[in-house]
Amino acid sequence: MPTNKTIENQFGLLDEVEVKPFSRRKFLGYVGATSAILATAGSSCKKDPTNTNNGVNLGSGDTGILNYAYALEQLEAAFYTMVVASQYSGITAQETAYLTDIRNHEVAHREFFKAALGSSAIPALQVTFASVNFGSRASVLGTAKAFEDLGVSAYNGAGQFIVNPDYLTAAGKIVSVEARHAALIRELLNLNSFADNTVVDAMGLDVYALPPAVLAIAGTYIVTKIDASHLPS
Amino acid sequence: MQLQNIFTEIEKKDPEFYNKIDSRRKVMKDFAKFSGRLSLASLPLALGAMLNKAYSKDTSVNTVVDVLTFALKLEYLESRFYLNGLAASGLIPNDAFGSLGAFQQISTHEAAHVTFLKQTITALGSTPIAEPAFDFTAKGTFPNPFLPANYAVFLAISQTFEDTGVRAYKGQAPNLIGTANRPYLTAALRIHSVEARHASRVRKLRHDINGATVSGNVKPWITLAQSGIDTGSGTANAAVQQSYAGEDLTTQAGVNIVGIGGNSFITAAAASESFDEPLTMAQVITIVTPFFA
Repeated sequence: MPTNKTIENQFGLLDEVEVKPFSRRKFLGYVGATSAILATAGSSCKKDPTNTNNGVNLGSGDTGILNYAYALEQLEAAFYTMVVASQYSGITAQETAYLTDIRNHEVAHREFFKAALGSSAIPALQVTFASVNFGSRASVLGTAKAFEDLGVSAYNGAGQFIVNPDYLTAAGKIVSVEARHAALIRELLNLNSFADNTVVDAMGLDVYALPPAVLAIAGTYIVTKIDASHLPS
Repeated sequence: MQLQNIFTEIEKKDPEFYNKIDSRRKVMKDFAKFSGRLSLASLPLALGAMLNKAYSKDTSVNTVVDVLTFALKLEYLESRFYLNGLAASGLIPNDAFGSLGAFQQISTHEAAHVTFLKQTITALGSTPIAEPAFDFTAKGTFPNPFLPANYAVFLAISQTFEDTGVRAYKGQAPNLIGTANRPYLTAALRIHSVEARHASRVRKLRHDINGATVSGNVKPWITLAQSGIDTGSGTANAAVQQSYAGEDLTTQAGVNIVGIGGNSFITAAAASESFDEPLTMAQVITIVTPFFA
């Protein structure tokens, strides 16, 4: 059930948001690895014309929202690339197939945004998965679940700011695939948790969150400072 | 309750605000009425309806009501399908694959979507359509999906409904663009992703139940334009296939996804799985019309 705070935020009256399903502490709960793993999320580096003292500027308007999505897809793609490269112990052939498919989808999403944004694209972001134990099924799938639900909530919350119908459709084409991932990962963890009441409310509505709340959570994993201050709200 | 504060803030920016809707007193009275009748989750939508009245042309409200009415028809269809399925003796097994729990959860959501859409349409000043009568054989195209021997048919129709629902909401999203429509677009997107979760679940259920068969090859996501459904009837298969036509797209916004970024593992199959495609209202109506009695 939304609080007054979230109701107000649907109208952009507040900058701060509170989203119940994702507590930062819970998100940080999947700690296992002791050594920090730093990786560069994108496949290439280029000089960033939008970089400022406030961090990588996502930009404004639809471009800002697309860069916001690109940032999240960079995070997801880097995560699943690691998952597939260093599989957790006891992984089944079916789980390998599912996680490899998801890796492929997330890389496709990342590269799509990079290509579609062209010269407006933010650079490759530095990410860290220090809190993830890639050898542990619970840690990997727990993190995957959090990422997928976060992705769904991000697209659901940002769609309202998109002005160009083609961009909204593109975002819609991706978010339903993220929701398919979320449901699958949840099933791998707990039978019939695909859309339980931690993500779907009593009105049958899925999670949604505004960019500041999403980036606050993603910030645990994204090392590069991001300036989201010009995003529409 | 902070809603009054919202009105105060709006009034600061736009002194004409109350005149644009009604008197201040009536606004508060209406809102108190809304608040009593609607669940808290619907409040943003009720508020949105009032803002719509103040700031947008009637055509915008009409478009929103049209989209929500279309969605309501589909939700009635899904909701009744699952209610009938759960009521059918011996149909949905309480098996190790989680059949019963999955359909109970899905049914609860579809019923909630019906309630939510009816409330929202009412809040917009329109009268929601009543539940139509259905024919879940689609005029004899499918065997009766509620007979215990036909659980595979029930599963196949469920998957088709869910995948179609995802495509239907996606196709309508652009009709809800605009500042005044933000609450409706967000609500539609939040239903859209729930339908996708359902689709993923039902597809996994079919995969797990069917094992190494044609139907068992189905993944939680849609590969090319494959339904992963073989009913044994050409007519039924053709009916199902309409819901998957166009899902094999591998170019998005002019960008070829196959092998993108030098990643050879992004095959045509992977590229198609990465993006779900929309359907127009007309395409969806063609698909679901046979299910309306």
